Amino acid sequence: MTNTWAVDLKDVGAVYPLIGWELVMVLIAVALWILWHILQIRQENREFAEDIRLYGSKESIKKALDEHPV
Amino acid sequence: MGDNLTALTTIFTEFYYWVTVVFMFLIHVGFCMYEVGVSRRRNHLHTLMKNTMVIPLVTITFFLFGWWIYWALPNGPFIFEGKGLILDGVTGATQYGPASPKMGTNLQDHITGVFWAAFLLFSWTVASIVSGSLIERIRSGAFWIIAVMIGSVTWIIDAAWGWHFDGWMVKLLGYHDAYASGVIHAIGGGTALGVLVVLGPRLGRFAPDGTPRAFVPHNPWLVTIGLFLIYTGFWGFYAACNVPIISPATIAGQITGETWTATTIYLTPTTLSAITVNFIMSLSGGLLVAYLISKGDPFWTYSGGLAGIITASAGNDLYHPIQAFIVGGIGIYIAYKLHYWVERRFQIDDAVGAVAVHGYAGFVGLVIAGFLLWGYPSSPYEGYAAVNPLGNTIGAVIMFFVLGFLPGWIMATILNSFGLLRVPRQVELMGLDFRTLHDEEAARQEVRNIEKALA
Repeated sequence: MTNTWAVDLKDVGAVYPLIGWELVMVLIAVALWILWHILQIRQENREFAEDIRLYGSKESIKKALDEHPV
Repeated sequence: MGDNLTALTTIFTEFYYWVTVVFMFLIHVGFCMYEVGVSRRRNHLHTLMKNTMVIPLVTITFFLFGWWIYWALPNGPFIFEGKGLILDGVTGATQYGPASPKMGTNLQDHITGVFWAAFLLFSWTVASIVSGSLIERIRSGAFWIIAVMIGSVTWIIDAAWGWHFDGWMVKLLGYHDAYASGVIHAIGGGTALGVLVVLGPRLGRFAPDGTPRAFVPHNPWLVTIGLFLIYTGFWGFYAACNVPIISPATIAGQITGETWTATTIYLTPTTLSAITVNFIMSLSGGLLVAYLISKGDPFWTYSGGLAGIITASAGNDLYHPIQAFIVGGIGIYIAYKLHYWVERRFQIDDAVGAVAVHGYAGFVGLVIAGFLLWGYPSSPYEGYAAVNPLGNTIGAVIMFFVLGFLPGWIMATILNSFGLLRVPRQVELMGLDFRTLHDEEAARQEVRNIEKALA
Protein backbone atom coordinates (compact mmCIF):
# COMPACT_ATOMS: atom_id res chain seq x y z
CA MET A 1 0.00 0.00 0.00
CA THR A 2 1.24 3.49 -0.82
CA ASN A 3 1.39 5.64 2.32
CA THR A 4 2.92 8.83 0.91
CA TRP A 5 3.03 10.69 -2.42
CA ALA A 6 6.16 12.60 -1.33
CA VAL A 7 8.36 10.42 -3.51
CA ASP A 8 10.09 10.50 -6.87
CA LEU A 9 7.41 9.04 -9.16
CA LYS A 10 9.99 7.25 -11.27
CA ASP A 11 10.33 4.88 -8.34
CA VAL A 12 6.58 4.19 -8.11
CA GLY A 13 4.90 1.38 -10.04
CA ALA A 14 1.67 -0.39 -9.12
CA VAL A 15 -0.40 1.47 -6.53
CA TYR A 16 -3.64 -0.50 -6.22
CA PRO A 17 -4.67 -2.21 -2.99
CA LEU A 18 -3.78 -5.88 -2.34
CA ILE A 19 -0.61 -5.99 -4.44
CA GLY A 20 0.55 -9.61 -4.49
CA TRP A 21 -3.02 -10.96 -4.43
CA GLU A 22 -3.59 -10.57 -8.17
CA LEU A 23 -3.94 -14.29 -8.86
CA VAL A 24 -6.58 -14.67 -6.15
CA MET A 25 -8.51 -11.74 -7.65
CA VAL A 26 -8.27 -13.36 -11.10
CA LEU A 27 -9.65 -16.66 -9.76
CA ILE A 28 -12.54 -14.82 -8.11
CA ALA A 29 -13.29 -13.01 -11.39
CA VAL A 30 -13.25 -16.29 -13.36
CA ALA A 31 -15.65 -17.87 -10.87
CA LEU A 32 -18.01 -14.87 -11.02
CA TRP A 33 -17.96 -14.87 -14.81
CA ILE A 34 -18.86 -18.57 -15.09
CA LEU A 35 -21.45 -18.27 -12.34
CA TRP A 36 -23.12 -15.43 -14.25
CA HIS A 37 -23.59 -17.63 -17.33
CA ILE A 38 -25.03 -20.47 -15.24
CA LEU A 39 -27.48 -18.20 -13.44
CA GLN A 40 -28.48 -16.45 -16.67
CA ILE A 41 -29.21 -19.69 -18.52
CA ARG A 42 -31.28 -21.00 -15.62
CA GLN A 43 -33.19 -17.72 -15.50
CA GLU A 44 -33.79 -17.81 -19.26
CA ASN A 45 -35.07 -21.40 -19.10
CA ARG A 46 -37.52 -20.47 -16.32
CA GLU A 47 -38.74 -17.43 -18.28
CA PHE A 48 -39.42 -19.43 -21.43
CA ALA A 49 -41.21 -22.16 -19.47
CA GLU A 50 -43.39 -19.53 -17.79
CA ASP A 51 -44.12 -17.79 -21.11
CA ILE A 52 -45.27 -21.09 -22.60
CA ARG A 53 -47.32 -22.00 -19.53
CA LEU A 54 -49.13 -18.65 -19.50
CA TYR A 55 -49.43 -17.81 -23.17
CA GLY A 56 -48.32 -20.82 -25.18
CA SER A 57 -51.72 -21.98 -26.44
CA LYS A 58 -52.61 -21.51 -30.09
CA GLU A 59 -55.28 -18.96 -29.22
CA SER A 60 -52.94 -16.94 -27.00
CA ILE A 61 -50.26 -16.82 -29.65
CA LYS A 62 -52.74 -15.66 -32.30
CA LYS A 63 -53.95 -12.98 -29.87
CA ALA A 64 -50.34 -11.97 -29.20
CA LEU A 65 -49.69 -11.59 -32.90
CA ASP A 66 -52.75 -9.33 -33.22
CA GLU A 67 -51.69 -7.24 -30.22
CA HIS A 68 -48.04 -6.88 -31.17
CA PRO A 69 -47.64 -7.28 -34.92
CA VAL A 70 -44.55 -6.32 -36.85
CA MET B 1 9.41 8.66 -18.45
CA GLY B 2 12.93 10.01 -18.81
CA ASP B 3 13.26 13.25 -20.78
CA ASN B 4 10.47 15.66 -21.66
CA LEU B 5 10.22 14.53 -25.28
CA THR B 6 9.64 10.96 -24.17
CA ALA B 7 7.09 12.17 -21.65
CA LEU B 8 5.20 14.21 -24.25
CA THR B 9 5.26 11.35 -26.74
CA THR B 10 3.95 8.95 -24.10
CA ILE B 11 1.16 11.23 -22.93
CA PHE B 12 0.22 12.05 -26.54
CA THR B 13 0.02 8.36 -27.36
CA GLU B 14 -2.02 7.68 -24.23
CA PHE B 15 -4.48 10.45 -25.11
CA TYR B 16 -4.60 9.40 -28.78
CA TYR B 17 -5.76 5.88 -27.93
CA TRP B 18 -8.18 7.21 -25.32
CA VAL B 19 -9.87 9.35 -28.00
CA THR B 20 -10.13 6.35 -30.34
CA VAL B 21 -11.82 4.34 -27.58
CA VAL B 22 -14.46 7.02 -27.04
CA PHE B 23 -15.12 7.23 -30.80
CA MET B 24 -15.32 3.45 -31.10
CA PHE B 25 -17.97 3.34 -28.38
CA LEU B 26 -20.27 4.83 -31.03
CA ILE B 27 -19.89 1.64 -33.08
CA HIS B 28 -21.67 -0.24 -30.33
CA VAL B 29 -24.36 2.41 -30.01
CA GLY B 30 -24.85 2.20 -33.77
CA PHE B 31 -25.05 -1.60 -33.80
CA CYS B 32 -27.68 -1.54 -31.05
CA MET B 33 -29.81 1.04 -32.91
CA TYR B 34 -29.40 -0.85 -36.15
CA GLU B 35 -30.44 -4.20 -34.71
CA VAL B 36 -33.41 -2.81 -32.81
CA GLY B 37 -34.53 -0.96 -35.94
CA VAL B 38 -34.42 -4.16 -37.98
CA SER B 39 -36.20 -6.27 -35.37
CA ARG B 40 -39.99 -6.47 -35.10
CA ARG B 41 -41.75 -4.60 -32.30
CA ARG B 42 -42.36 -7.69 -30.24
CA ASN B 43 -38.61 -8.42 -30.00
CA HIS B 44 -37.14 -4.97 -29.31
CA LEU B 45 -36.05 -5.30 -25.74
CA HIS B 46 -34.44 -8.70 -26.06
CA THR B 47 -32.65 -7.56 -29.22
CA LEU B 48 -31.28 -4.52 -27.42
CA MET B 49 -30.17 -6.42 -24.33
CA LYS B 50 -28.59 -9.20 -26.39
CA ASN B 51 -26.13 -6.75 -27.89
CA THR B 52 -25.74 -4.52 -24.83
CA MET B 53 -24.53 -7.37 -22.64
CA VAL B 54 -21.69 -8.04 -25.05
CA ILE B 55 -20.00 -5.08 -23.36
CA PRO B 56 -19.53 -6.53 -19.87
CA LEU B 57 -19.07 -10.16 -20.91
CA VAL B 58 -16.42 -9.55 -23.55
CA THR B 59 -14.76 -6.99 -21.30
CA ILE B 60 -14.23 -9.30 -18.33
CA THR B 61 -13.13 -12.22 -20.49
CA PHE B 62 -10.84 -10.07 -22.61
CA PHE B 63 -9.22 -8.92 -19.40
CA LEU B 64 -8.95 -12.48 -18.08
CA PHE B 65 -7.52 -14.16 -21.18
CA GLY B 66 -8.09 -12.27 -24.46
CA TRP B 67 -5.23 -9.81 -24.09
CA TRP B 68 -2.87 -12.55 -22.97
CA ILE B 69 -3.74 -14.57 -26.09
CA TYR B 70 -2.70 -11.68 -28.33
CA TRP B 71 0.79 -11.60 -26.88
CA ALA B 72 1.13 -15.35 -26.38
CA LEU B 73 0.19 -16.78 -29.77
CA PRO B 74 1.91 -14.88 -32.62
CA ASN B 75 3.98 -17.98 -33.26
CA GLY B 76 0.92 -19.74 -34.54
CA PRO B 77 -0.64 -23.16 -34.40
CA PHE B 78 2.63 -24.99 -34.87
CA ILE B 79 4.82 -22.78 -32.64
CA PHE B 80 6.61 -21.05 -35.45
CA GLU B 81 10.44 -20.80 -35.43
CA GLY B 82 10.63 -22.99 -32.34
CA LYS B 83 10.08 -19.96 -30.17
CA GLY B 84 7.63 -21.68 -27.90
CA LEU B 85 4.30 -20.44 -26.72
CA ILE B 86 5.43 -17.30 -24.99
CA LEU B 87 7.51 -14.64 -26.68
CA ASP B 88 10.63 -13.61 -24.89
CA GLY B 89 11.78 -10.19 -23.86
CA VAL B 90 9.71 -7.04 -23.84
CA THR B 91 6.83 -8.60 -25.71
CA GLY B 92 6.51 -11.49 -23.28
CA ALA B 93 2.86 -12.37 -22.79
CA THR B 94 2.92 -12.89 -19.06
CA GLN B 95 3.18 -9.17 -18.45
CA TYR B 96 -0.16 -8.79 -20.24
CA GLY B 97 -1.87 -11.53 -18.28
CA PRO B 98 -4.65 -10.61 -15.85
CA ALA B 99 -2.41 -11.01 -12.81
CA SER B 100 0.33 -8.73 -14.12
CA PRO B 101 1.00 -5.49 -12.20
CA LYS B 102 1.01 -3.73 -15.59
CA MET B 103 -2.72 -4.40 -15.90
CA GLY B 104 -3.57 -2.46 -12.74
CA THR B 105 -3.11 1.20 -11.85
CA ASN B 106 0.59 1.53 -12.48
CA LEU B 107 2.43 4.85 -12.64
CA GLN B 108 5.21 3.37 -14.77
CA ASP B 109 2.88 2.39 -17.59
CA HIS B 110 0.66 4.88 -19.43
CA ILE B 111 0.10 2.82 -22.56
CA THR B 112 -0.91 -0.75 -21.73
CA GLY B 113 -4.35 0.25 -20.40
CA VAL B 114 -5.44 2.38 -23.35
CA PHE B 115 -3.95 -0.05 -25.85
CA TRP B 116 -5.86 -2.87 -24.13
CA ALA B 117 -9.03 -0.77 -24.28
CA ALA B 118 -8.60 -0.08 -28.01
CA PHE B 119 -8.30 -3.81 -28.64
CA LEU B 120 -11.27 -4.44 -26.37
CA LEU B 121 -13.43 -2.13 -28.47
CA PHE B 122 -12.42 -4.18 -31.53
CA SER B 123 -13.58 -7.22 -29.57
CA TRP B 124 -17.01 -5.72 -28.90
CA THR B 125 -17.28 -4.82 -32.57
CA VAL B 126 -16.54 -8.32 -33.81
CA ALA B 127 -19.11 -9.82 -31.43
CA SER B 128 -21.64 -7.19 -32.46
CA ILE B 129 -21.18 -8.11 -36.12
CA VAL B 130 -22.40 -11.61 -35.30
CA SER B 131 -25.23 -10.40 -33.07
CA GLY B 132 -27.36 -8.73 -35.72
CA SER B 133 -27.57 -11.76 -37.98
CA LEU B 134 -29.14 -13.93 -35.32
CA ILE B 135 -31.89 -11.70 -33.96
CA GLU B 136 -35.40 -12.79 -33.00
CA ARG B 137 -34.71 -16.50 -32.56
CA ILE B 138 -31.38 -17.13 -30.81
CA ARG B 139 -31.33 -17.48 -27.04
CA SER B 140 -29.51 -14.58 -25.45
CA GLY B 141 -27.54 -17.00 -23.28
CA ALA B 142 -26.33 -18.88 -26.34
CA PHE B 143 -25.33 -15.71 -28.12
CA TRP B 144 -23.36 -14.49 -25.13
CA ILE B 145 -21.30 -17.68 -25.08
CA ILE B 146 -20.66 -17.24 -28.81
CA ALA B 147 -19.79 -13.57 -28.17
CA VAL B 148 -17.16 -14.56 -25.61
CA MET B 149 -15.79 -17.14 -28.04
CA ILE B 150 -15.28 -14.68 -30.89
CA GLY B 151 -14.68 -11.54 -28.81
CA SER B 152 -12.12 -12.95 -26.42
CA VAL B 153 -10.72 -16.03 -28.15
CA THR B 154 -10.97 -16.55 -31.91
CA TRP B 155 -10.59 -13.00 -33.19
CA ILE B 156 -7.69 -12.31 -30.88
CA ILE B 157 -5.99 -15.51 -32.06
CA ASP B 158 -6.32 -14.21 -35.62
CA ALA B 159 -4.94 -10.85 -34.49
CA ALA B 160 -1.94 -12.59 -32.90
CA TRP B 161 -1.35 -14.50 -36.14
CA GLY B 162 -2.03 -11.81 -38.73
CA TRP B 163 -2.32 -8.44 -37.02
CA HIS B 164 0.83 -8.37 -34.94
CA PHE B 165 4.27 -7.16 -35.97
CA ASP B 166 5.61 -10.60 -35.02
CA GLY B 167 2.72 -12.74 -36.30
CA TRP B 168 3.53 -15.91 -38.22
CA MET B 169 1.09 -15.06 -41.04
CA VAL B 170 2.89 -11.77 -41.63
CA LYS B 171 6.29 -13.44 -41.62
CA LEU B 172 5.47 -16.51 -43.68
CA LEU B 173 2.61 -15.42 -45.91
CA GLY B 174 3.25 -11.69 -46.23
CA TYR B 175 -0.29 -11.23 -44.92
CA HIS B 176 -1.33 -7.56 -44.99
CA ASP B 177 -4.58 -6.36 -43.43
CA ALA B 178 -3.85 -2.91 -42.05
CA TYR B 179 -7.40 -1.87 -41.05
CA ALA B 180 -8.85 -5.30 -40.41
CA SER B 181 -10.81 -6.40 -43.49
CA GLY B 182 -10.08 -9.93 -42.36
CA VAL B 183 -9.08 -9.93 -38.72
CA ILE B 184 -12.32 -8.24 -37.65
CA HIS B 185 -14.79 -8.34 -40.52
CA ALA B 186 -14.18 -11.60 -42.38
CA ILE B 187 -14.02 -13.56 -39.13
CA GLY B 188 -17.18 -11.83 -37.88
CA GLY B 189 -19.09 -12.65 -41.06
CA GLY B 190 -17.72 -16.19 -41.17
CA THR B 191 -18.71 -16.86 -37.56
CA ALA B 192 -22.20 -15.47 -38.18
CA LEU B 193 -22.61 -17.78 -41.18
CA GLY B 194 -21.43 -20.81 -39.19
CA VAL B 195 -24.00 -20.11 -36.46
CA LEU B 196 -26.77 -19.32 -38.97
CA VAL B 197 -26.37 -22.69 -40.68
CA VAL B 198 -27.18 -24.46 -37.40
CA LEU B 199 -29.66 -21.91 -36.05
CA GLY B 200 -31.92 -21.79 -39.11
CA PRO B 201 -34.15 -18.98 -40.35
CA ARG B 202 -36.86 -17.15 -38.43
CA LEU B 203 -40.22 -18.89 -38.59
CA GLY B 204 -42.03 -17.93 -41.79
CA ARG B 205 -38.98 -16.32 -43.38
CA PHE B 206 -39.06 -18.70 -46.35
CA ALA B 207 -42.00 -20.08 -48.32
CA PRO B 208 -42.20 -23.88 -48.72
CA ASP B 209 -40.57 -23.55 -52.15
CA GLY B 210 -37.64 -21.68 -50.60
CA THR B 211 -38.64 -18.20 -51.75
CA PRO B 212 -37.64 -15.65 -49.10
CA ARG B 213 -40.30 -13.42 -47.55
CA ALA B 214 -39.38 -9.85 -46.62
CA PHE B 215 -39.29 -9.16 -42.89
CA VAL B 216 -39.41 -5.40 -43.19
CA PRO B 217 -37.36 -3.38 -40.65
CA HIS B 218 -39.88 -1.76 -38.34
CA ASN B 219 -37.94 1.52 -38.13
CA PRO B 220 -35.77 2.53 -41.10
CA TRP B 221 -34.76 5.73 -39.31
CA LEU B 222 -33.22 3.84 -36.45
CA VAL B 223 -31.46 1.51 -38.90
CA THR B 224 -29.92 4.30 -40.96
CA ILE B 225 -28.95 6.48 -38.02
CA GLY B 226 -27.42 3.40 -36.44
CA LEU B 227 -25.32 2.90 -39.56
CA PHE B 228 -24.35 6.58 -39.53
CA LEU B 229 -23.11 6.11 -35.98
CA ILE B 230 -21.14 3.03 -37.03
CA TYR B 231 -19.47 5.15 -39.73
CA THR B 232 -18.61 7.72 -37.05
CA GLY B 233 -17.15 5.15 -34.73
CA PHE B 234 -15.23 3.70 -37.63
CA TRP B 235 -13.06 6.85 -37.70
CA GLY B 236 -11.87 5.96 -34.24
CA PHE B 237 -11.39 2.36 -35.33
CA TYR B 238 -9.07 3.43 -38.13
CA ALA B 239 -7.05 5.73 -35.90
CA ALA B 240 -6.81 3.00 -33.27
CA CYS B 241 -5.23 0.64 -35.81
CA ASN B 242 -2.23 2.98 -36.07
CA VAL B 243 0.71 3.58 -33.80
CA PRO B 244 0.46 7.41 -33.74
CA ILE B 245 4.13 8.27 -33.47
CA ILE B 246 7.27 6.20 -33.21
CA SER B 247 10.98 6.81 -33.66
CA PRO B 248 13.08 4.70 -36.02
CA ALA B 249 15.15 3.63 -33.03
CA THR B 250 12.08 2.03 -31.46
CA ILE B 251 11.71 -0.17 -34.55
CA ALA B 252 15.23 -1.41 -33.93
CA GLY B 253 16.58 1.05 -36.50
CA GLN B 254 15.00 -0.86 -39.36
CA ILE B 255 13.64 2.40 -40.72
CA THR B 256 16.83 4.42 -41.12
CA GLY B 257 17.37 8.10 -40.33
CA GLU B 258 15.74 10.23 -37.69
CA THR B 259 12.25 10.82 -39.12
CA TRP B 260 9.53 9.85 -36.67
CA THR B 261 6.38 8.42 -38.23
CA ALA B 262 2.96 6.95 -37.68
CA THR B 263 2.80 3.25 -38.46
CA THR B 264 0.31 0.47 -38.96
CA ILE B 265 0.02 -2.36 -36.46
CA TYR B 266 2.84 -4.03 -38.44
CA LEU B 267 5.10 -1.00 -37.74
CA THR B 268 5.11 -0.18 -41.47
CA PRO B 269 4.96 3.56 -42.10
CA THR B 270 1.74 5.38 -42.99
CA THR B 271 0.04 8.68 -42.16
CA LEU B 272 -3.22 9.52 -40.46
CA SER B 273 -3.84 11.87 -43.36
CA ALA B 274 -3.61 9.09 -45.97
CA ILE B 275 -5.94 6.74 -44.20
CA THR B 276 -8.45 9.54 -43.62
CA VAL B 277 -8.68 10.25 -47.35
CA ASN B 278 -8.89 6.57 -48.22
CA PHE B 279 -11.56 5.98 -45.58
CA ILE B 280 -13.82 8.62 -47.15
CA MET B 281 -13.07 7.53 -50.70
CA SER B 282 -13.87 3.87 -50.02
CA LEU B 283 -17.04 4.88 -48.16
CA SER B 284 -18.06 6.93 -51.20
CA GLY B 285 -17.30 4.15 -53.68
CA GLY B 286 -19.38 1.75 -51.60
CA LEU B 287 -22.31 4.17 -51.29
CA LEU B 288 -22.42 4.97 -55.01
CA VAL B 289 -22.39 1.36 -56.19
CA ALA B 290 -24.79 0.20 -53.45
CA TYR B 291 -27.30 2.88 -54.41
CA LEU B 292 -27.30 1.73 -58.01
CA ILE B 293 -27.47 -2.03 -57.45
CA SER B 294 -30.11 -1.74 -54.72
CA LYS B 295 -32.10 0.85 -56.70
CA GLY B 296 -31.79 3.39 -53.92
CA ASP B 297 -32.77 1.09 -51.04
CA PRO B 298 -31.64 2.96 -47.88
CA PHE B 299 -30.74 -0.21 -45.95
CA TRP B 300 -28.41 -1.49 -48.65
CA THR B 301 -27.05 1.92 -49.60
CA TYR B 302 -25.92 2.59 -46.03
CA SER B 303 -24.66 -0.96 -45.68
CA GLY B 304 -22.82 -0.49 -48.96
CA GLY B 305 -20.91 2.46 -47.58
CA LEU B 306 -19.78 0.28 -44.71
CA ALA B 307 -18.90 -2.59 -47.04
CA GLY B 308 -16.89 -0.17 -49.18
CA ILE B 309 -14.72 0.81 -46.23
CA ILE B 310 -14.40 -2.80 -45.10
CA THR B 311 -13.28 -3.99 -48.53
CA ALA B 312 -10.60 -1.33 -48.90
CA SER B 313 -9.44 -1.56 -45.29
CA ALA B 314 -6.79 -4.23 -45.84
CA GLY B 315 -4.77 -1.86 -48.01
CA ASN B 316 -5.98 1.60 -47.07
CA ASP B 317 -2.60 2.44 -45.55
CA LEU B 318 -1.06 2.36 -49.04
CA TYR B 319 -3.78 2.71 -51.69
CA HIS B 320 -4.22 5.78 -53.85
CA PRO B 321 -7.60 7.37 -53.00
CA ILE B 322 -9.05 6.43 -56.39
CA GLN B 323 -7.96 2.83 -55.83
CA ALA B 324 -9.73 2.90 -52.45
CA PHE B 325 -12.82 4.33 -54.16
CA ILE B 326 -12.95 1.60 -56.81
CA VAL B 327 -12.11 -1.21 -54.40
CA GLY B 328 -14.96 -0.05 -52.14
CA GLY B 329 -17.39 -0.22 -55.03
CA ILE B 330 -16.24 -3.67 -56.13
CA GLY B 331 -16.61 -4.98 -52.59
CA ILE B 332 -20.26 -4.08 -52.13
CA TYR B 333 -21.16 -5.28 -55.61
CA ILE B 334 -19.82 -8.77 -54.87
CA ALA B 335 -21.18 -8.80 -51.31
CA TYR B 336 -24.68 -7.76 -52.42
CA LYS B 337 -24.89 -10.36 -55.18
CA LEU B 338 -23.52 -13.12 -52.95
CA HIS B 339 -25.94 -12.23 -50.14
CA TYR B 340 -29.02 -12.86 -52.28
CA TRP B 341 -27.55 -15.91 -53.98
CA VAL B 342 -26.73 -17.56 -50.63
CA GLU B 343 -30.08 -16.53 -49.17
CA ARG B 344 -32.05 -18.18 -51.99
CA ARG B 345 -29.76 -21.17 -52.50
CA PHE B 346 -29.34 -22.19 -48.84
CA GLN B 347 -32.23 -20.40 -47.08
CA ILE B 348 -29.83 -18.50 -44.86
CA ASP B 349 -31.68 -15.81 -42.91
CA ASP B 350 -29.09 -13.15 -42.15
CA ALA B 351 -31.34 -10.49 -40.65
CA VAL B 352 -28.95 -7.56 -41.12
CA GLY B 353 -26.78 -8.69 -44.02
CA ALA B 354 -23.73 -8.97 -41.76
CA VAL B 355 -22.31 -12.03 -43.47
CA ALA B 356 -22.24 -10.07 -46.72
CA VAL B 357 -21.22 -6.62 -45.51
CA HIS B 358 -18.53 -7.87 -43.14
CA GLY B 359 -17.73 -11.42 -44.24
CA TYR B 360 -17.80 -11.39 -48.03
CA ALA B 361 -16.57 -7.79 -48.32
CA GLY B 362 -13.73 -8.48 -45.88
CA PHE B 363 -12.74 -11.63 -47.74
CA VAL B 364 -12.78 -9.89 -51.12
CA GLY B 365 -10.84 -6.96 -49.68
CA LEU B 366 -8.00 -9.24 -48.59
CA VAL B 367 -7.76 -10.89 -51.99
CA ILE B 368 -7.72 -7.53 -53.79
CA ALA B 369 -5.06 -6.16 -51.42
CA GLY B 370 -2.87 -9.16 -52.20
CA PHE B 371 -2.87 -8.19 -55.87
CA LEU B 372 -2.73 -4.40 -55.57
CA LEU B 373 0.03 -4.43 -52.96
CA TRP B 374 1.95 -7.33 -54.53
CA GLY B 375 5.64 -6.89 -53.70
CA TYR B 376 5.27 -4.34 -50.90
CA PRO B 377 7.16 -5.28 -47.72
CA SER B 378 4.80 -6.60 -45.07
CA SER B 379 7.12 -5.47 -42.28
CA PRO B 380 10.07 -3.16 -41.67
CA TYR B 381 11.98 -6.16 -40.31
CA GLU B 382 14.15 -8.40 -42.45
CA GLY B 383 13.15 -11.93 -43.37
CA TYR B 384 9.43 -11.31 -43.78
CA ALA B 385 7.59 -12.41 -46.94
CA ALA B 386 6.41 -9.56 -49.17
CA VAL B 387 2.71 -8.94 -49.68
CA ASN B 388 1.38 -11.28 -52.38
CA PRO B 389 -1.96 -12.57 -53.72
CA LEU B 390 -1.54 -16.15 -52.51
CA GLY B 391 -0.60 -15.12 -48.96
CA ASN B 392 -3.53 -12.77 -48.60
CA THR B 393 -5.95 -15.29 -50.13
CA ILE B 394 -4.79 -18.00 -47.73
CA GLY B 395 -5.17 -15.39 -45.00
CA ALA B 396 -8.74 -14.68 -46.12
CA VAL B 397 -9.56 -18.40 -45.92
CA ILE B 398 -8.05 -18.60 -42.43
CA MET B 399 -10.04 -15.58 -41.26
CA PHE B 400 -13.42 -16.46 -42.81
CA PHE B 401 -13.46 -20.26 -42.64
CA VAL B 402 -10.84 -21.59 -40.24
CA LEU B 403 -11.24 -19.07 -37.40
CA GLY B 404 -14.70 -17.80 -38.39
CA PHE B 405 -17.14 -20.28 -39.89
CA LEU B 406 -15.74 -23.41 -38.24
CA PRO B 407 -15.73 -22.28 -34.57
CA GLY B 408 -19.16 -20.66 -35.09
CA TRP B 409 -20.61 -23.86 -36.52
CA ILE B 410 -19.01 -26.06 -33.83
CA MET B 411 -20.14 -23.86 -30.92
CA ALA B 412 -23.67 -23.54 -32.34
CA THR B 413 -23.85 -27.33 -32.81
CA ILE B 414 -22.77 -27.93 -29.21
CA LEU B 415 -25.27 -25.43 -27.83
CA ASN B 416 -27.99 -26.88 -30.05
CA SER B 417 -27.29 -30.39 -28.79
CA PHE B 418 -28.07 -29.17 -25.26
CA GLY B 419 -31.23 -27.40 -26.42
CA LEU B 420 -29.70 -24.04 -25.58
CA LEU B 421 -29.38 -22.42 -29.03
CA ARG B 422 -32.84 -21.46 -30.21
CA VAL B 423 -35.80 -20.02 -28.33
CA PRO B 424 -38.85 -22.30 -28.10
CA ARG B 425 -41.20 -22.13 -31.08
CA GLN B 426 -44.15 -20.70 -29.13
CA VAL B 427 -41.99 -17.93 -27.63
CA GLU B 428 -40.57 -17.02 -31.03
CA LEU B 429 -44.08 -16.73 -32.45
CA MET B 430 -45.54 -14.67 -29.63
CA GLY B 431 -42.40 -12.52 -29.49
CA LEU B 432 -39.55 -12.50 -27.00
CA ASP B 433 -40.91 -9.38 -25.33
CA PHE B 434 -44.53 -10.54 -25.25
CA ARG B 435 -44.85 -11.03 -21.50
CA THR B 436 -43.06 -7.75 -20.75
CA LEU B 437 -45.26 -5.84 -23.18
CA HIS B 438 -48.34 -7.62 -21.84
CA ASP B 439 -47.47 -6.78 -18.24
CA GLU B 440 -46.71 -3.18 -19.14
CA GLU B 441 -50.06 -2.80 -20.87
CA ALA B 442 -51.81 -4.32 -17.86
CA ALA B 443 -50.04 -1.81 -15.60
CA ARG B 444 -51.09 1.08 -17.85
CA GLN B 445 -54.66 -0.15 -17.90
CA GLU B 446 -54.73 -0.38 -14.12
CA VAL B 447 -53.55 3.22 -13.78
CA ARG B 448 -56.10 4.37 -16.36
CA ASN B 449 -58.88 2.60 -14.45
CA ILE B 450 -57.81 4.19 -11.17
CA GLU B 451 -57.60 7.63 -12.77
CA LYS B 452 -61.07 7.21 -14.26
CA ALA B 453 -62.40 6.22 -10.84
CA LEU B 454 -60.80 9.32 -9.32
CA ALA B 455 -62.20 11.67 -11.97
